[in-house]
Order: sequence, then structure tokens, then C-alpha cells
Amino acid sequence: MGPTDLSMLELGRKLGSGELSSVEAVRACLARVDRLDGRVKAFLRVDREGALAQAEAADRRRTKGKRAGPLDGVPVGLKDLFLTEGLPTTAGSRSLESFVAPYDGTAVKLLRAAGTPILGKLNMDEFAMGSSTENSAFFPTRNPWNLETSPGGSSGGSAAAVAARMVFGALGTDTGGSIRQPAALTGTVGLKPTYGRVSRFGVVAFASSLDQVGPMTRDVPDCAALLQTIAVYDPADSTSAPVKAPDYLAEIEGGVKGMKLGLPREYLELPGMDPEVRAAVEAATRALEKMGAQLVPVSLPHTKYALATYYLIAPAEASSNLARYDGVRYGLRVEGKNLLAMYGRTRDQGFGLEVKRRIMLGTYALSAGYYDAYYLKAQKVRTLIKQDFVDAFRTVDAVISPTSPTAAFRIGEKVSDPLAMYLNDVFTLPCNLAGLPGLSLPCGLTRGNLPIGLQILGKPWDEARVLRIARAFEREHDFHRRSPPLGAA
Amino acid sequence: MSLTLEEVRHVASLARLSLSAEEETLMRTQLSAILDAVAELSQVDTSAVEPTSHAAGEVAPWRPDEVRPSFPPEKALGNAPAEVGTSFAVPRIIE
Repeated sequence: MGPTDLSMLELGRKLGSGELSSVEAVRACLARVDRLDGRVKAFLRVDREGALAQAEAADRRRTKGKRAGPLDGVPVGLKDLFLTEGLPTTAGSRSLESFVAPYDGTAVKLLRAAGTPILGKLNMDEFAMGSSTENSAFFPTRNPWNLETSPGGSSGGSAAAVAARMVFGALGTDTGGSIRQPAALTGTVGLKPTYGRVSRFGVVAFASSLDQVGPMTRDVPDCAALLQTIAVYDPADSTSAPVKAPDYLAEIEGGVKGMKLGLPREYLELPGMDPEVRAAVEAATRALEKMGAQLVPVSLPHTKYALATYYLIAPAEASSNLARYDGVRYGLRVEGKNLLAMYGRTRDQGFGLEVKRRIMLGTYALSAGYYDAYYLKAQKVRTLIKQDFVDAFRTVDAVISPTSPTAAFRIGEKVSDPLAMYLNDVFTLPCNLAGLPGLSLPCGLTRGNLPIGLQILGKPWDEARVLRIARAFEREHDFHRRSPPLGAA
Repeated sequence: MSLTLEEVRHVASLARLSLSAEEETLMRTQLSAILDAVAELSQVDTSAVEPTSHAAGEVAPWRPDEVRPSFPPEKALGNAPAEVGTSFAVPRIIE
């Protein structure tokens, strides 16, 4: 077992005791990147010198007895929409191919303060629009469990890098499932916190009423520790909430005895569910019941409208957010005979097809004559979806479901059919629309040796309980310790 | 519902996208299919429902209005495709 098989917290302890150095940990990650990433293609940019310099600084702090915290010296990666001063931030788009951020986003600043060397920037669907990383303008990332399949998306590079042990943990973002679905497809743990828990300052915006930053790790304690690092109120983001984060690690070991876990009957009736996924999730809920949780059927009757609601609201917000990529202040500019021609050509050449599709859809839904029928209607149905959860949480502590209706799918299988691709997010979208915390953790493997994810949704600000349920399951199973065949040392 | 090519071109011009003829045809087919799929929302009775524009339930917090240094112009211009002095340069719009 090499150092890259350690969890973030295990490595952190060895760094604290001096058994290992941060430089050794970074070198071990870089060696795996060199050996594996030609096939996995998780990284858009590896920052060797930067990561080694940060590791040396962490090692110096340690020898002076001034460690910054439990993750000081533990190498991580970032989805390539976190602004990093002096390093390219592309958001997976041609339009930002040569963009170098002039400042660090808040989550990045918090990681730097915690001492985690940043190993590089990870691949993603362009502007986080997609569920497979096939919409990256540069190349698709491959699932370390089976290189013919997708790691999911949009944070697919982050998930693949964590699963292949090229980094110890990563940050992603989740607008409709972009942390949880790739976590499920790669056998890793991913958490979308409550809307407002983590600052979005310095994160490339997709759909601002839905976007949230979260941790992607190999196990639940790491997820708790990484969340702790970034769950800090930030006056620079007006949607960041001044709600104090509890000590997550102190709360995750309490078990599920006496907890009421809701099973939404609508979720099991949704079309396209793989029987192996259903069986694994049912086995996981029975295991939680054995540990003392009470399973309670709940109803989320408006769930079936979540997909339509999301695919109006998110594109509408995206069409507005992406208006800034006009070639004036930064990013790609393609000259034209006048200003309008410059805008049109810049945006035509800068954006890929899925991004254009969503901008068109959103612009249509917001345009005169259609606003009430589409955008406003979707916002009203959103209220009903949110209310379903308020009602359910009167009787249960958390809601359990599959994360994704299938395990990893083959690259190319769904990319030409946008509606088939959108169905990947059917279980994850309601959580974003309602602003709730949601976590995915590995709960099984298919006969074809592909991971299956279990989703746990909690009440607003109740990440601690979501993590505690996940930890209870994880303690009695070993799915999180399985590594993909590619990753075997 | 089926979008016409004219509608696709109108929306593209609102979105400042110069689509190729091929893209216009593809968008027409795909957007029509997506609009058909989302039309199911019309089945939901929302006559007595307020819209939700944000998942954040809480009121936005106040902060003191403190004077702070602003972002330095040379950094702000660091990614400018074209610049003149401390300004972004764009094609002339007034003759």
C-alpha cells in the first residue's frame, strides 16, 4: 500500500507525526498522474512546481510546529471553474482557453489557508453543462473503473482523479447533480452542501440560484473534513449565509439508531432505472434499517416535474450568466466588422454545442411572450417541489434514493441525444431546486464491476446528519475501499 | 411544439450567437423536442403558487459599507483581448 492509498485524514496524521512528508505525498500523486492520466485524462493542467512549492511550505510549517490543520500538506485538485491566481481557469471552454484568473476564489483561498497543495485543474463539461465530461471543449475524461465508460459529469475530472488516487480529494460544483452523479459513477463520496453553505465567489457561474461548491473524496470522514475547510461565511457572496458550521467530524460517528429515513415512492417508479441499481439501493436501505434506522415511505409528488423545471430554470439563468463572454473584457475575441458581429462570432466560436443549446433554450424561455409560460411557470413548480420536501421532512430526518438511475454508461452512448443525457440527473435535480444538502456514497458494484451510488438528502443546514448516515453505512461496508482496476498499485 | 427557422434565428440574435445554417437546423429540431418535453409543466395547477427565484430562504445578510481598495486596473486588464490606456478597446460603434 503506497501513500496514495491513504485517506486525506490518514495522510494528514502521518504528515503530522513526520512519518511522511507533504513533498513525498505530492511526488506520489505526480507519479500516478504520469502513469495513469494519459489514459484517464482527468487533468486539464498539472501544476507540478506550484504543488511542490506548497508541499515544501507545508513541511516547513510542520517542522516548526505550526501545522495549519488536519489537512495541512494533503494534495488536492480543483474542478477547472475555481479561479486560481496565476493558473489557467478554462471552465472546460474554448472561450476561456487562455484565461488566467487575477485572483483566487474564496474556496481556493480557504484551501490554501488550510495548507493543501493544489495539484492541478480538473476536466469538466463546458461551463458545468453536462453529465459525462464529453462536453469538455478539450477531451472527455474516462472512468478509471472502465476506460470505455464515462466518469459522469460535470465534475467528472474531479471524480476520476479521486477514484484513480491521483489526488486525495477535490472540489467540484453541483448545479443539478454535478458532484453527486460523478461520485456515484466512480465509487467516491461527493457532497452538495445546502445552498449558501459554501461561498461561490471566484467560481465560474452556471445557474446562480442552483450552483453550490462541495467536496469530493474517497470516504465520509474526508468529506466532513474538506467541507469543514470551505463551509465559511463570505461577505463577498451575497448568497453565502452567516450560518455557523458545526464540528462535522465530531458528529459523524453517532450512528443511525432511532433516525427516520424517508423512501420516496415516486423515485422507485421513475423510468430508466437499472434493476441492479434498484437492488443495491434496496439492500443499502435494509442495512440502515438493521443498524436501527426506521424506514418511512414518503411522497414527493412533484418529483416528476423536476426535470422539466430544471431544464427551464438552469438554462434561463445560464443564458443570463454567459452573456458576459462577449470578447470585450477577457476570454476569446473573434473580430468582426462591427461590435455585434464581434459578439456573434466570438460566442459562436467560443461555445460548444450543448452550451449554445442551453443559451438558446434559456433565451427563448425568458423572451417576450414566453416568460410567463416557461420561466415563471417553472419557478412556481419549483415552489411545489420545495414544499414536497418541507412536508416530507416533517416526518423524516433524511431522504434516501439512488444517486443515478444507472451505473457508468459508455462514452458516446448518450451524447447525441440531449434528453437521454438529461435523464441522468433525475434523482439529483430536486435537491438543487429545493436548496438542500445531498450526498452520494458508494453502496454496491454491478456485475460488470461498476460502482453504484446511494443518495442521502437532508434538511437545510443539516449536512452533519447526512454525513452521519453515510458514515454509519460506510463503517459496515467496504465499497469505499475498493479501488478501480486501473488504480491497483 | 415546433419552432420555425425564423424563431430560431430570432432567439439566436437575442443571444448574440451567429449560428451556422447547420446549427440552426439542429437547434430547431432539438429545441422543439425539449420544449415538447417541458410542456408537461402546463398540467400543474400553479394558480395559487408564488414563484421561487432562489433556494436561499433567509434574507440576504447586511455588511458594513466599508471603503476598501478596488481591484487594480492593471490586474483587471490582464486578460483584455485589446486595451487602450486603462480601458478595454472595442470596435468603433459611433462614426
